[in-house]
Amino acid sequence: MYVATKGGESAIEATHELIAEERRGDTTVPELGTDQVRNQLGRAVDRVMTEGSLYDPDLASLAIKQAQGDMVEAIFLLRAFRTTLPRFGAAEPLDTSKMIIRRRISAAFKDIPGGQILGPTYDYTHRLLDFDLVKEGANATSAPEATATEQTMPRVTDILGAEGLMQAENREEIESEPFDLGRQPMSFPANRDQRLQNLFRGDEGFVLALGYATQRGYGRNHPFVGEIRMGFVEVEFTPPELGFTISIGEIEVTECQMINQFTGTKDIQPMFTRGYGLAFGQSERKTMAMALVDRALKASELGEDRDHPPQDEEFVLAHSDNVEAAGFVSHLKLPHYVDFQSELSLLRGLREDALTTQDKEAAE
Amino acid sequence: MNSRAYHSVDGTYNFAYLDEQTKRMIRRTLLKAIAVPGYQVPFGGREMPMAYGWGTGGIQITASIIGRDDTLKVIDQGADDTTNAVSIRRFFRRVAGVQTTEETSKATLIQTRHRIPEKQLTEKQILVYQVPQPEPLWKLEPREVETRKLHAYSEYGLMHVKLYEDISRHGEIITTYDYPVEVNARHIMSPSPIPKFDNPKMAMMPALQLFGAGREKRIYAIPPYTRVRSLDFDDHPFKPQRFDKPCALCGAEEVFLDEVILDDKGDHMFVCSDSDHCRERRAAGHTGSRASDAADMGFVPTEGLN
Amino acid sequence: MNALLEAQSVGHSYAGGQLGCEDVSFRLYPGEVLGVVGESGSGKSTLLGCLSGMIEPSQGSVRFDAGGQGLRDVFSLSEPERRLLMRTDWGIVRQNPRDGLRMNVSAGGNVGERLMAVGARNYTEIRGEALDWLTRVEIPSGRIDDLPRTFSGGMQQRVQIARILVSKPRLVFMDEPTGGLDVSVQARLLDLLRGLVRDLGVAAVVVTHDLAVVRLLSDRLMVMRQGRVVESGLTDQVLDDPQHPYSQLLVSSVLQA
Repeated sequence: MYVATKGGESAIEATHELIAEERRGDTTVPELGTDQVRNQLGRAVDRVMTEGSLYDPDLASLAIKQAQGDMVEAIFLLRAFRTTLPRFGAAEPLDTSKMIIRRRISAAFKDIPGGQILGPTYDYTHRLLDFDLVKEGANATSAPEATATEQTMPRVTDILGAEGLMQAENREEIESEPFDLGRQPMSFPANRDQRLQNLFRGDEGFVLALGYATQRGYGRNHPFVGEIRMGFVEVEFTPPELGFTISIGEIEVTECQMINQFTGTKDIQPMFTRGYGLAFGQSERKTMAMALVDRALKASELGEDRDHPPQDEEFVLAHSDNVEAAGFVSHLKLPHYVDFQSELSLLRGLREDALTTQDKEAAE
Repeated sequence: MNSRAYHSVDGTYNFAYLDEQTKRMIRRTLLKAIAVPGYQVPFGGREMPMAYGWGTGGIQITASIIGRDDTLKVIDQGADDTTNAVSIRRFFRRVAGVQTTEETSKATLIQTRHRIPEKQLTEKQILVYQVPQPEPLWKLEPREVETRKLHAYSEYGLMHVKLYEDISRHGEIITTYDYPVEVNARHIMSPSPIPKFDNPKMAMMPALQLFGAGREKRIYAIPPYTRVRSLDFDDHPFKPQRFDKPCALCGAEEVFLDEVILDDKGDHMFVCSDSDHCRERRAAGHTGSRASDAADMGFVPTEGLN
Repeated sequence: MNALLEAQSVGHSYAGGQLGCEDVSFRLYPGEVLGVVGESGSGKSTLLGCLSGMIEPSQGSVRFDAGGQGLRDVFSLSEPERRLLMRTDWGIVRQNPRDGLRMNVSAGGNVGERLMAVGARNYTEIRGEALDWLTRVEIPSGRIDDLPRTFSGGMQQRVQIARILVSKPRLVFMDEPTGGLDVSVQARLLDLLRGLVRDLGVAAVVVTHDLAVVRLLSDRLMVMRQGRVVESGLTDQVLDDPQHPYSQLLVSSVLQA
């Protein structure tokens, strides 16, 4: 009995009501507040802000709640919201050397000016499920007063740079107008600014896998963590009406600088090369992976062979955006029956032809 | 769909959702595209409230050119009532407040996925196609750095290699949809996954044809009355697709038909893919071989689809 | 007669500082075959890269007489001109045929590509010419629709050669054309190459470490060592009476078959 699929409109209404119901879940359980997400699921908020490409912890928390914890969906929500925001200008470049530091480590040196500050990190926790956390109020302990320090801590890579050991960034590229991935379509070959912007908002899993691959031989570049620093930086803006720079607030970021295999040419002395990673919030894993891939993508500039996927610019940059990836993969759920019908007809036709040929041959 | 989802922080969105700067950018892109028929113009596409792959390119074009007096039709697989077409139509009703319709003849702007309406379009209409993969050469050459050069230098030998392979293997060109075309005797273009049945309609069409790929961030166009040739060999010319039966509901011939499976014993029927075309014919009194069953089956158009 | 290809003090070093080749000069005339021999690290591959338009030399120039209108610097050509050149007037036979063929395209498609690239639009004619060339390189006609991965190394190499010769190039570069093939297969391929080169009047630059290859194919010879040409002259002269100590070493170290 054929029932045509009509009434799509009411089906859509109903499905939205279903989602809302499921999102709320058991009504005897207290509803999740966005402030709870913001305060207690900070690492999720950091990821959504970074890949959503918008620094707003409250909006990110809302997106996470609305998406029922589906991070890729939450990132999509934030990006779509970003589209509606007017753009009134660009900030001055962040000066991470002036960061109010909460955590700062270097693997390349035992000790560094300013010292190694462990800060809040999971690194040395033992991964044992803590069942005390099942009950609320269990973690009423207070940590020793964790003060962010204002003490100046010069960047390790700058120290090496002062000695001439670190490859300097391309001055020309720095002084020109930066690419804007939020406004312009990607274009290849991509310069460093486009690559870094792309990796910044790239899917953590994807970038992590590629970074991991470089460590396993797919584009090795002998990395050392020169420095990871995490803390607050000022965002400064020069409104055209004022003509001078003002601070409009501060954001929390994580920055990672990798020191990589040295290189040298006939005319230039050998020196270390750099991989750079940056993310909103406390996102070390992302910044480290990003730095590894950043360095891998420099392959052709450094005269290295590009034999492996992490070094393949088009491959990496075209597939890093999980909003695009998720959209295109899931679009296969849309009706494709017209094209499928064409394929069906073709297949039936070809098989008929094959049978006719077989019959003809049998008859001969 | 809860209307809350469409309200910005202060409760309002700009007409047709996109801000005016973005629309301007897209319109400039459209002008470039029209000036060089078939050439893919990169544009700074935005994230829309729908997922990439679900029509964001077409939606951005529509949002940039739609006016308060337009009447919008949205179809997917030729039908107005497929879920995604419904979803997109609702979106524009909400953010643009425009009149919408299912009747091809009443529409000024038609956004489509995978089909061209059967009814001939006029100079007063614009057809906006949703495109998943704008690059016709992508299966042969995935690198954009290279395909850009191939288009720029008119190096289209590779495309013909593909067609050659089809003929050598199957005796015919086996591409049945997204069949590449040469536009204005210069650029080779992907017409989007419309069945090759629809290719001939693109040539010398009185309406303006615009193509939007949101995820890949490319826009291209065919101006009205432009030459469009489906690729082939001189001695293996493009063979238009034919259906050997008419629509089971309205009797239409020379139209694209959907196969509908009726039961698990293999009974099937073929009906118009273009739902509005079928409705119009039946309203005018035409019937097909299964038309009398249609009423029993509940296959009767219902209201409330807008 | 005008030279077809002219190299003037061609040299190239790599980003890491390694020397590729240095100060190489010669003139190649239509129909002439020039052999370039050396061990690995001699710079012959870099030289080939520079001559064939793949690497822009850091010093010197490479000039080619495209279309019989006089010598022009290959790197002063616009990109579309250079790309067209490499699809019609020039050909590069690569050491590994997999680098010179489309592995997912049939033998016929591979050979027909250059024709289609310059506008051939008649399937029967394209297929006919492809068949003709496959026959000339001794590939059985029944294999025209087979994919290269079903062919032996020697056959793949011959498809590669057919793919290039179909556009009747005036200059062909060969990079270790018999590398990786069995000795008997090598001999057959060399014979074929020699015949084709003679019949078509194609000029060629053959880069190899194998003296037997240059003995058979080339009219003239350049011996390279550590990036420089140490000796050059007529093939027979250089091989039978090498002057430079390195050439002498090279010649004497070849096992006499």
